[in-house]
Amino acid sequence: MRQITIGLISLFMVLSFALAATAQTPNAEIEARAKDVGRSLRCVVCQNQSIDESDAPLAIDMRKLVRERLKEGDSNAEVIAYMQERYGDFVLLKPPVQSNTYLLWFTPFLLLLAGLIWFIKTSHKAEADS
Amino acid sequence: MRALLPLGIFLLIGLAFAVGLTKDPKLLPSELLNRPVPDFALTELYDETDILTQDMFDGKVSLINVFGSWCVACNVEHPVLMDIAKRNEVNLIGIDWRDERPKAKDWLAKRGNPYRKVIFDNESVLAIKLGVSGAPESFIIDKAGQVRYKHVGVITPKIWRNTLRPIIKTLEAD
Repeated sequence: MRQITIGLISLFMVLSFALAATAQTPNAEIEARAKDVGRSLRCVVCQNQSIDESDAPLAIDMRKLVRERLKEGDSNAEVIAYMQERYGDFVLLKPPVQSNTYLLWFTPFLLLLAGLIWFIKTSHKAEADS
Repeated sequence: MRALLPLGIFLLIGLAFAVGLTKDPKLLPSELLNRPVPDFALTELYDETDILTQDMFDGKVSLINVFGSWCVACNVEHPVLMDIAKRNEVNLIGIDWRDERPKAKDWLAKRGNPYRKVIFDNESVLAIKLGVSGAPESFIIDKAGQVRYKHVGVITPKIWRNTLRPIIKTLEAD
């Protein structure tokens, strides 16, 4: 009895794996890329979600458009550029490195550098004092 | 002097916030400014055989208004649009966005239809091309079919008088 149960369970598992494998249509690659692109695009309605996460109607339509453009042979970067052309830098969840974002990108490194300089200076002073 | 350093940093951060937080992040600039209306081919709301394209804006100054029967704020804006239509001041075109035909027709039948033509865009085809993020949203198109102004949100009588109408008047004089 036990063996039959185990046998049935393993058969079921093998079958479900097989089914999952057949569900991998040629579209799977497009789907994966669409998810990738969707994750880097901001849902302009909800603003702090990506279109991949959002259920807003506009995000649904944007996802559809991303998929269509990928199917038509656009690269991921081209699809993102297409959206950027329409919605501006705002639609990118990762801000591009450009003149108006230098402060955003480089302030942490500047602070690190300043801290390091301060640390070296004060430790030298402490050495000289002791 | 050293004691003033934290105060200086505080003031600097305060200044950055004062500028940054007063900007409304919902007001996205239109990437399309001074560029032609993107190509599209969509049906008219009432006449499904009428295929509307970007050519519909040639030769006259137009005001495109994105609306939908589901859009609450559009109810507030509607009387202003009716007033604009009554005075025949501009080629007023509607984009019925993410809507169903019967619902939209019903909505317009109840309140009156201010639009000369209504582009039916239930899949956000034109909306995404225009960079629309919500309704209502409006665009002023010049005689050459170029986007000249974008207004996000309700057109109030004041916004119409002080902002949109003057722009339309100058474009018409061109």
